Amino acid sequence: MDFELTAVQQEIVHGVRQLCKRFPDAYWREHDAAHEFPHAFYHAVAEAGYLGVAIPGQYGGSGLGIAEAALLMREVAYAGAMNAASSIHLSIFGLTPVVLHGAEEMKRKYLPEVVSGKLHAAFAVTEPDAGNDITHIKTFARRDGDYYVINGRKIFTTKAQVARKMLLLARTIPLENTSRKTDGLSLFFADLDRAAVEVRELEKLGRHAVDTNILFIDNLRVPATDLVGEEGRGFRYLLDGLNPERILVAAEAVGIGRAAVDRAVRYAKERVVFGRPIGQNQAIAHPLAEAYAKLEVADLITIKAAWLFDQRKPCGAEAAVAKLLAAEAAFQACDRAVQTLGGYGYMREYDVERYFRECRMLKIAPLSQEMALNMISEHVLRLPRSY
Amino acid sequence: MKILVPIKRVPDPATTIRVLADGSGIATDNVKWVINPFDEIAVEEALRVKEKQPASEVVVVAVGEPAWQEQLRTALAMGADRAVLVRISPPVDTGAVARILARVAADEKPDLIILGKQAIDDDSNQIGQMLAELLGWPQATFASKVELADGRCTVVREVDGGLETLSFPLPGVITTDLRLNEPRYASLPGIMKARKKELKEIPVETLGLNLAPLLKVRRLASPSKRQAGRKVASAAELVSLLHSEAKVL
Repeated sequence: MDFELTAVQQEIVHGVRQLCKRFPDAYWREHDAAHEFPHAFYHAVAEAGYLGVAIPGQYGGSGLGIAEAALLMREVAYAGAMNAASSIHLSIFGLTPVVLHGAEEMKRKYLPEVVSGKLHAAFAVTEPDAGNDITHIKTFARRDGDYYVINGRKIFTTKAQVARKMLLLARTIPLENTSRKTDGLSLFFADLDRAAVEVRELEKLGRHAVDTNILFIDNLRVPATDLVGEEGRGFRYLLDGLNPERILVAAEAVGIGRAAVDRAVRYAKERVVFGRPIGQNQAIAHPLAEAYAKLEVADLITIKAAWLFDQRKPCGAEAAVAKLLAAEAAFQACDRAVQTLGGYGYMREYDVERYFRECRMLKIAPLSQEMALNMISEHVLRLPRSY
Repeated sequence: MKILVPIKRVPDPATTIRVLADGSGIATDNVKWVINPFDEIAVEEALRVKEKQPASEVVVVAVGEPAWQEQLRTALAMGADRAVLVRISPPVDTGAVARILARVAADEKPDLIILGKQAIDDDSNQIGQMLAELLGWPQATFASKVELADGRCTVVREVDGGLETLSFPLPGVITTDLRLNEPRYASLPGIMKARKKELKEIPVETLGLNLAPLLKVRRLASPSKRQAGRKVASAAELVSLLHSEAKVL
């Protein structure tokens, strides 16, 4: 057994930290306040080749694994919280279905553009009436010669304001005409054509630098060449990206949580009340020690899940556990950081309130804590399915 | 143009340093190691020369234990072409390092040697000067600007009260000051390529040098803790205390 990161992994951690140093808290505070996409950061990451960390070498990437991608995302989230992580998150893993199932021509055309940062892609899967219940989506793609004509609505679509393409899930056979509900769903790597898609930004609690949207799709004509893999197999293709996404989100949670603990610890050492640093009070120290411990555990299971995935071993349970523990640990750490800083913790200038707002999302997306527990109950403990 | 860049492995400047109770050294558990920041500036400067003169070769060299490979790999990931590690076990003093580097320079025959003006651990500020002396080469220390043209090197250095410009014929030695440049970070493809670049290890015994240390570190101690300040009521009281207590007036 070996818990040591490989030399390349250590270099990645070091390299990403060096890169992120050029984007200090003030950068993220300003972009969050202005609701402005962090283009300079995004391009710096692209230029340093990190967007292609897990994309195969023949398409311009570095062909490394989810473990390396997780380390990248952990360090990025440590530096710029979810504004930083979400600005690149989809480029890192989102096109897994295209990498694994897309036609050669599609891969050659688009993957190098994703690696270079030229192409932003959005993820259009969730719908207002179908969240975790993906098979019940209503968006429909009707075949029309060499095209599909798509109609429907998508919600929580990240980066649709800047994206030129989207990975879009639509039914090609109505649910009632399929023998299994997971059949008849197809995945497209479609143009986000604003003439046929109305993109409306949604206001949210935090992570204001990266937009979240609702999409109204009205007769979007998509060439059949934009179909990923075979028609009707879209649901299965999406599953390939599920575990990597949970692992990366867990890594992001660990990063943001560690940032919060570090801020709180620094403040607790410096802030003197009643003649001594507040960190000397166990009511301040112990919750921070506990937050630290929980983040360490979450980090370990996240790396383990990533390692399993990269070894092509089953990792569904570990990925769910990692996401569950990391999101909870991050929230606890950010909450304690705000509490440690007291009134200052609630102020924009001290940054922990931003971490607090942003980390709340991780208990909801990409799957809720409750669905992670369902997954563990049902698939690991073999308890009867509850829904 | 061939440029030799000696680098040193030092604790990350952000690390909190703890001196061992017996004063023999620092506690190295949980210390993160990095390239000495001034040497990192030297690597960057060499890479900028290479960008302007693509036929150039940048060779990084370190004198230390096997773990120093990590910092050489980082320099290779930044873009250096190959690396040399002269393997030696501590203690090793500045004179020995300079003599080893002079020997490496004699073998490598670089046109230019660039290194940090000092390492942030012992702050000796000696290697560059010693190296130039041992090689009999001109030196320009504390460089804040470097220009190469027609076999000569022009260096601007920050001195008390202004800037001094020196010019010397190659080969020569330059030591870097903080404001010379902002070092690049390694790209991911750079990190991947670095694994395949040559890293030659030379056991120091094979060099046949006399490296008996002339310097001995007797004791390390932490700086004394800052005392809390005191408020005084008037300027007159301040002057009086500076005279009677602090004895600086």
